[in-house]
Amino acid sequence: MEYFVQLFMGGLTRGSIYALIALGYTMVYGIIELINFAHGEIYMIGAFTALIIASVLTLHGFNEIAIFVLASLAAVIYSSAYGFTIEKIAYKPLRHAPRLSPLISAIGMSIFLQNYVLLAQTSDFLPFPGLIPEFGFMKKYEHISSSAELMIFLTTAVVMVILTCVIKFTKIGKAMRATAQDRKMAMLVGVDINRIISITFIIGSALAAVGGVLIASHIGQINFYIGFIVGIKAFTAAVLGGIGSIPGAVLGGFILGWTESFATGYVSSDYEDVFAFALLVLILIFRPAGLLGKSGSQKV
Amino acid sequence: MKAVMEIKKLTVDFGGLRAVDHLDLEVKEREILALIGPNGAGKTTLFNCITGIYAPSEGSMSISPPGKKPGTINGLKPNIVTRKGITRTFQNIRLFPNMTVLENVMIGRHCRTRARIAGAVFRGRATVREEQATVEYSYHILEKTGIAQYVNEFAGNLPYGAQRLLEIARALATEPFILLLDEPAAGMNPQETGVLDDLISKIREEEKIAILLIEHDMRLVMSISDRIAVMDYGKKIAEGTPEEIRNNPVVIKAYLGEEFVA
Amino acid sequence: MQKKSEIKKSLLVSLWFMFLTFPIMVIRVNPVEKLVEWRWRNMVIVGVGSFVLSFVWRYMLRQKEAGLKRIYAGGRYKIPSIQRVSEDRRLFIPLLAVLSVFVVIFPFIFSAYQVNIMTTALMYVVLGLGLNIVVGLAGLLDLGYVAFYAVGAYTYGLLNHHFGLGFWAVLPAGAFMGALFGILLGFPVLRLRGDYLAIVTLGFGEIIRLVLENWNDLSFGPSGIANIDRPSFFGMQLSLQSATVYIYFLMITLALFTVFVVNRLQNSRIGRAWIALREDEIACQAMGIDKTKTKLSAFALGATWAGMMGVFFAAKTTFINPASFTFLESAIILSIVVLGGMGSIAGVIIGAFVLILLPEYLRAFSDYRMLMFGAILVIMMVFRPQGIISNVRRTYKFEGINVPGEKNK
Ligand SMILES: Nc1ncnc2c1ncn2[C@@H]1O[C@H](COP(=O)(O)OP(=O)(O)OP(=O)(O)O)[C@@H](O)[C@H]1O
Ligand SMILES: [Mg+2]
Repeated sequence: MEYFVQLFMGGLTRGSIYALIALGYTMVYGIIELINFAHGEIYMIGAFTALIIASVLTLHGFNEIAIFVLASLAAVIYSSAYGFTIEKIAYKPLRHAPRLSPLISAIGMSIFLQNYVLLAQTSDFLPFPGLIPEFGFMKKYEHISSSAELMIFLTTAVVMVILTCVIKFTKIGKAMRATAQDRKMAMLVGVDINRIISITFIIGSALAAVGGVLIASHIGQINFYIGFIVGIKAFTAAVLGGIGSIPGAVLGGFILGWTESFATGYVSSDYEDVFAFALLVLILIFRPAGLLGKSGSQKV
Repeated sequence: MKAVMEIKKLTVDFGGLRAVDHLDLEVKEREILALIGPNGAGKTTLFNCITGIYAPSEGSMSISPPGKKPGTINGLKPNIVTRKGITRTFQNIRLFPNMTVLENVMIGRHCRTRARIAGAVFRGRATVREEQATVEYSYHILEKTGIAQYVNEFAGNLPYGAQRLLEIARALATEPFILLLDEPAAGMNPQETGVLDDLISKIREEEKIAILLIEHDMRLVMSISDRIAVMDYGKKIAEGTPEEIRNNPVVIKAYLGEEFVA
Repeated sequence: MQKKSEIKKSLLVSLWFMFLTFPIMVIRVNPVEKLVEWRWRNMVIVGVGSFVLSFVWRYMLRQKEAGLKRIYAGGRYKIPSIQRVSEDRRLFIPLLAVLSVFVVIFPFIFSAYQVNIMTTALMYVVLGLGLNIVVGLAGLLDLGYVAFYAVGAYTYGLLNHHFGLGFWAVLPAGAFMGALFGILLGFPVLRLRGDYLAIVTLGFGEIIRLVLENWNDLSFGPSGIANIDRPSFFGMQLSLQSATVYIYFLMITLALFTVFVVNRLQNSRIGRAWIALREDEIACQAMGIDKTKTKLSAFALGATWAGMMGVFFAAKTTFINPASFTFLESAIILSIVVLGGMGSIAGVIIGAFVLILLPEYLRAFSDYRMLMFGAILVIMMVFRPQGIISNVRRTYKFEGINVPGEKNK
């Protein structure tokens, strides 16, 4: 039982991270129907930025809370800036190109960013400082969960609530929904599409950065390649929930998190990544619209 | 005259929207039947349903091709429907822009030819002969539709009117017994429309096939159709000869209002 | 006036990139020894570089737009010179003769090292042509191409290790296994939308690699299989030196065979159906083409080639392990196709030589190899989606009419 709870909490943590990153995929897909392959790299860059800033601040003797806040902030700002720039360079010129083109461009961007970080930094794993503070009251529950896990889950929950409010109630949120539903129509009623797309990329990237900082300080090490696998998994989560659907991404994230956690816990940890991919293949075959997605027919 | 296609109680729903509503329609042998109606009446949706792109939520569609045994086309995949002899053109042109004009038409021959991968690699006698026949047949259709001068151009580089004609040529290459034309005159100038008018009549005469035509250009519709069916909000509200339709008060109210009453 | 605003734009871009790359390019931390290195020089490089590049970028965008306008205005594509050469027989045949002589004497005048590199480049030509069927002709973005390559390689590796089967016996078996896996994967997933296909194939590629890495009983895990036999020459095992030359000629033959097959396919009933599918799926179906079957045939045929090359790879290197079959390998092959020109045989050949030989011979490039590949994918898509050599379609002559395409030859 204890083991089960432990796996459950582990799955919840993983799931939170997947959900945070999956949101970026889902939002971008909802608006421009593109799988943003470079999204995983945004997350990786967020983690790197946090690591770099945290290290510099540590040397200058800042206290722990300040480091945590400043490093996270830097990660969010830089990831958003990268997301924004990537869209401008690699996707915007291809708005009217055949569907394959932006997809290939996205893959190129992903490879480019990985190697950019590899060359500018290092190919080794870097130890990531445990930025998340320890809570005293969690000592009692040490055997099943940790402060970091709790923190990850709580942060995710708060971020989700904020995001939902933004999308539901703000003007930008409304414009985003309108654009997702019918881009031409939205344009006609005066929505600035380019701006909405940029904002979508910025929000998605910020979420990925939050995920990056949290998971990196939980796991304790990063390298240039972490974005690739996590990216595919988060995408799996997005598809599982129904791509384009925001609650779907969250649901998908948790389901994937638990699947992995239990499968590695009870079956075998060698095949950790295989479970996620297998799940992806299965969903796409049996329910391509995802759990909460609508299976609309294409207009001809 | 014998009916080649019978549609009964056909209904298509998109979520809450009923795009086609218990529609009955008969297409007779070698006739030109025009389908008219205001924007959003469900005409294109009907085509999509006949050609297997959408599935109807209710109703039946059956065909009796001349010289073959009759059957239903409900639930058939689009390519099977085409093979059975119903082909269409698209309202918003869907050619293969990076293939030549001739190749576009040759694609239409796909379902009437057989060469497979092995044949393509080894180029046996049968394959070579078939390929030759395909080229000749396709070129012949281009001549017939009057766009042979573009034969080696990329389809995407053609002038608009010629692209519409190429859509028709490509559809003809599949040897249909019913040809569905979705607004073939859209975007054409009066002169091009005149050419199209002649072409459609010629196709009916020479190919001996039925043509179901969606069109907003009333002059074209009135001049070439044998019969006209009128759709509004997914329903068929009238059917008859051009003369009858012209004088039908229901139609005038629903559709022709602005143009004809006054 | 115009100039001033251009400079201002570039300055802004330059500032933006200096900001953007600041943490990653300038600071390098060593968390273990608690050291921070500040590389301000990088910032200068980024600043100046992005300033210049932003001019180039905007210039190229304008060029592209102007080109598009020309086409819409009814003008013709300008046929690139390489293409014109290949169409002009008087130039083409002597060129071909010189090339063939060079190809034949190449292994005798250059070192084994050079011959090996050339063989590798040729392997990528074939892999590129194989993937070209899937991506370039049929428009299916297959990101797990390397999986089929791995299947072929392990087919030979295992059959050779356990049963001592030779290269020639396994070559068709490898091709068959590639096709089999292609069909097994393709059948369920080819009904999916194009972008899903990309991610599923990517996932599948990773699954195969992970299985090879972890299923020790089957694949010997990460340590792989060593001492695989080289191809035999009529039953004889050759010395290393002559084996290199032999493998080179084998590869030449395979490449020619591939070019021959792909060329024939391209202008066949099936090849046209693939291209039509790439151009417009719905119209393609409406014209009577079975979408699933046609996709499957392209996918499986591409996989067949990968399987075949996998066998060749195992035989050439005599050692395989899962590390040779990562996603990056798929990415390299995709870059070749994209750079060369999707759907164009000559383009893919040139693409393979450029992308494989350049990093080999220009050491400066080799560090930046993958960075370059990534950039190529983006830049080609943005500025020249048709690749170095755009896909030419066959033209036909007819009597009695004046066919415009014929005039300008
Ligand atoms: N795939 C789809 N999903 C949802 N609604 C659709 C779909 N296709 C068509 N519709 C809706 O069905 C209705 C009928 O559309 P349809 O295209 O058949 O009209 P139409 O008679 O062809 O009009 P037009 O003359 O403008 O071409 C419209 O309200 C349209 O928005
Ligand atoms: Mg319509």
